[in-house]
Amino acid sequence: MFKYYGKYAPYLFLMPALIVLVIFFFIPFFQTFALSFMDYSNSIYHAQFAGFENYTKLFHSPIFYKVLLNTFIYLIVAVPILAIVPLFLAVLLNRQIRGVTLYKILIYLPVIVSIVVAAIAFKWLYADEGILNFIVTTLGLSKIGWLTDPNWALYSVIIVTIWKGIGYYMMIYLAALMSVPKELYEACEIDGAGFFRKHLTVTIPHIMPTIALVTTISAISAMKVFAEIYVMTKGGPLNSSKTIVYYIYERAFENLDLGFASAMAVVLLVIVLALSLVNILFFEKNRYQI
Amino acid sequence: MKKLFKNLPIHIILIITSILSIFPFIWLISTSLKGNSENIFAYPPTIIPTDFTLANYTGVWDKVNFIGYFVNSMIVAGGTVLLNLILSSMAGYPLARMEFKGKKITFFAILATIMIPFQAIMLPVYLITLKLHLVDSVNNFAGYVGLIMPFAVSAFGIFLMRQAFLGIPKEMEEAAIVDGCNVFQIFTKVLLPMVKPSLAVLAIFTFIGSWGEFLWPSIVLTKDAMYTLPVGVNNLQGMFSSNWRFIAAGSILSTIPIIIFFLCMQKYFISGENEGAVKG
Repeated sequence: MFKYYGKYAPYLFLMPALIVLVIFFFIPFFQTFALSFMDYSNSIYHAQFAGFENYTKLFHSPIFYKVLLNTFIYLIVAVPILAIVPLFLAVLLNRQIRGVTLYKILIYLPVIVSIVVAAIAFKWLYADEGILNFIVTTLGLSKIGWLTDPNWALYSVIIVTIWKGIGYYMMIYLAALMSVPKELYEACEIDGAGFFRKHLTVTIPHIMPTIALVTTISAISAMKVFAEIYVMTKGGPLNSSKTIVYYIYERAFENLDLGFASAMAVVLLVIVLALSLVNILFFEKNRYQI
Repeated sequence: MKKLFKNLPIHIILIITSILSIFPFIWLISTSLKGNSENIFAYPPTIIPTDFTLANYTGVWDKVNFIGYFVNSMIVAGGTVLLNLILSSMAGYPLARMEFKGKKITFFAILATIMIPFQAIMLPVYLITLKLHLVDSVNNFAGYVGLIMPFAVSAFGIFLMRQAFLGIPKEMEEAAIVDGCNVFQIFTKVLLPMVKPSLAVLAIFTFIGSWGEFLWPSIVLTKDAMYTLPVGVNNLQGMFSSNWRFIAAGSILSTIPIIIFFLCMQKYFISGENEGAVKG
């Protein structure tokens, strides 16, 4: 086919999107590094060059390590559950049974509802005199300070993230399951394989790339949690539920220490870039072919 | 009947999961419908209100500008969707159908933005937005633009549209050229109508994302009159401190529009045909 478009046409079409990306992605990306070397603690309008001071402060701050640890706990608790439970549900829903659409709608509902409303709903479940403590005390245990006990707060917040993510990843798995050839299951059944055997030998190997994808997406989103924490605990008590993004927000917009917050943002950037690179290099090579 | 019995364990698991998925809302609705004479901390808790009332809804409706929040959310989500559709399809078109210098580098530059989380770059984004005077303290219009622009286009959208354009047979363009169409006519009259399903997927997922966005508006917004629904709902906690009846009623009210949207569009969410719509 001959070139029916002018020399500048491709650039004209690309320009609006590129302008937005440059202003709101590329410049901020480099500026994040630049800001992390500036001192804004006196005034946000008069920054001074600070060298590595923000990083020194960051690496000497016990809260920084607490925040990293909390984020790491978030990852190791939420990611395996979000990779496995939705897969299990998707396998159950990937068949002609009565009410399958209704089940899908109900399980997907938490995904579309605003995270703020979800966090408020859970805050109410977690109330000191709330329904969860009623269940706990009925079982003969003592009340739990779901959001007020430093040993519990982080896990209570993680539960909300998991609850809100299950339906989303379930739909990704359901889409992937549609591509598994039915004949393989039939062959399995002829061999007399049971439910677990069948899915271990056919389903899981077949959708391995999707499992990897879900693992990376859920890991990256666990790195980015904010609203749950903002609405439910504000990172407390005693920093016990503070994660990276909440800490960035707090330092930047409550303490107005943009330099320190940017150093923290660089740490986040490095971690997420590493996770994404692993994903793209190993699992998604084929998704983005030019 | 036999089949139902065989599937019984599956149904039990799915019913339990479904109940767990909606119980937090059920409990919130239950609380929102309880009158002042009913103890909302009663042991044992009651799901069905004994002192049934809608007073919490009318009460919170009178005190909180829900219509305003709703309109703000509609403007922001609508603007974000519109810009995403236009910018993503415009950018996806040359990446799919044209040869030009710098194509590869453009492609990888856009790809790279997938890996940059907004949360990591939000501080400079905030400073830039301030510098461009796109904040609500300037005027409402600037406020809306500031809420929309950082999310006006995404690599996800561009790649989704590029993928859609790649699937169109070359003969379509050739026929249009013979008919005397120029490049803009080919784009708007021939190609765009053929990628409507992808545009729909992009519109719906962008809408849901924008509608629920909380971090960015809570950073840039300063005026109550400009609040979007999530920011307004979070604010209920401060307004009614421990009046959980009002907080519950307000949260439920704010959720009604998106539930209606979801139920109308459910086939896009649960048909399993949105494999391409996986967002990173």
